[in-house]
Amino acid sequence: MIDKRIDSIAAAVADIPDGAVVMVGGFGEAGSPIELIHALIDQGAKGLTIINNNTGNGEVGLAALIGNGQVKKMICSYPRSSHSKVFPELYRAGKIELEIVPQGTLAERIRAGGAGIPAFYTATTVGTPLAKGKEVRTIGGRDYVLEYGLTADFALIKCETADIQGNLTYNKTARNFNPIMCTAAKTTIVQARKIVPVGTIDPEIVITPNIFVDRITEVTDPLVESHLIAQGAHYP
Amino acid sequence: MSQNATGWTREQMAENVAQDIPDGAYINLGIGIPELVTKFVPKGREFIYHTENGLLGMGPAPDPGQEDPELINAGKKAVTALPGASYFHHGDSFTMIRGGHIDVCVLGAMQISATGDLANWSTGAADAIPAVGGAMDLVAGVKTIYVTSQHVTRDGTPKLVQKCSYPLTGKGVVSRIYTDLAIIDVTAGGFQVRQLAPGISFAEVAAKTDAPLLPKGKI
Repeated sequence: MIDKRIDSIAAAVADIPDGAVVMVGGFGEAGSPIELIHALIDQGAKGLTIINNNTGNGEVGLAALIGNGQVKKMICSYPRSSHSKVFPELYRAGKIELEIVPQGTLAERIRAGGAGIPAFYTATTVGTPLAKGKEVRTIGGRDYVLEYGLTADFALIKCETADIQGNLTYNKTARNFNPIMCTAAKTTIVQARKIVPVGTIDPEIVITPNIFVDRITEVTDPLVESHLIAQGAHYP
Repeated sequence: MSQNATGWTREQMAENVAQDIPDGAYINLGIGIPELVTKFVPKGREFIYHTENGLLGMGPAPDPGQEDPELINAGKKAVTALPGASYFHHGDSFTMIRGGHIDVCVLGAMQISATGDLANWSTGAADAIPAVGGAMDLVAGVKTIYVTSQHVTRDGTPKLVQKCSYPLTGKGVVSRIYTDLAIIDVTAGGFQVRQLAPGISFAEVAAKTDAPLLPKGKI
């Protein structure tokens, strides 16, 4: 019987090597797999390329991974927020690379990567500095910029409910990038608030079908990033 | 020029925008004055709000103590979901934006050019950290782009210019601008006043606009 459960969070991320490309779900704190990120900090892989919409907040979760010197490059749309200081400091010091991608182009690059589409044309960025050096093609009288699909070695995902074979549902706006990232990584690692037996989730409401999921670990009461920041917490 | 006239307030600017949005419109609102549009839905009209982090049918902020860190808007503030709302992932959310399914987007601006170019994401300064979010997707994909913004910056520099000096968000994308002093259309002939704020003269608006300004009804 197929059972994708992993005994511990540490075991779930144990084989992520130095230099890996890792997609991390979430939009700000919503849908951010904070326990998996903290396990990756404990594990210590370095030289990572991280794909996320943002660059984390405070000194926990993604910001802590960056602050711990494990990230070589960020691919994101918005590396700023009211509580984001770790990334800006490293970026200004020239210690981390940044590839800035418009949010919709980022989503589509991930979607395309997961769907086996190597590249696509989009009107987003035409006439702006972010189109610099990119191929432009006129289609039907309008200009479009060539963008490439994105894939990753691993994806770290947070969901609400998983069955033991990896069908997933999400909670409200914590869904965001998580379902498309599940499709675009060679190995998709999920932390679920609840793991249930096969057949428990109505097939009509499955958001991520289990074919896109490799490992599941249960975190019933995940840390809340904004609460940690309010407490002045830092990891480790 | 009237000595007492101060132009429209932020709320009045948002109300002006709301008046121009048709019943049944799907709307995406930027951060700041655009967010106030929800307070001024004209009687008899219904708008549906989209937030690009995956919610259609976004409602107002919850009561204090009812915030859910997993129910937020694109500005990462707590919101609610109205009856009829739906959640979806980022691929679908930007299909709505980039596929031309959203009717109106209201954004703030750093500069707007006479040809409708918008700059609202970066000053281009050497130490600035570029952060674009969904702005470039919105201006490229939404059918109608309205800008609402103070007419000049805090130090009095015009925001309506012949050509943007800041890096562009999109080229030729803005169709109408709602400032504290006037409502201005971007036309083939450049900026054209549609309506002046009470007590504000055409001469004052023209003086605070760094591009030729056409009076109302003339083209």
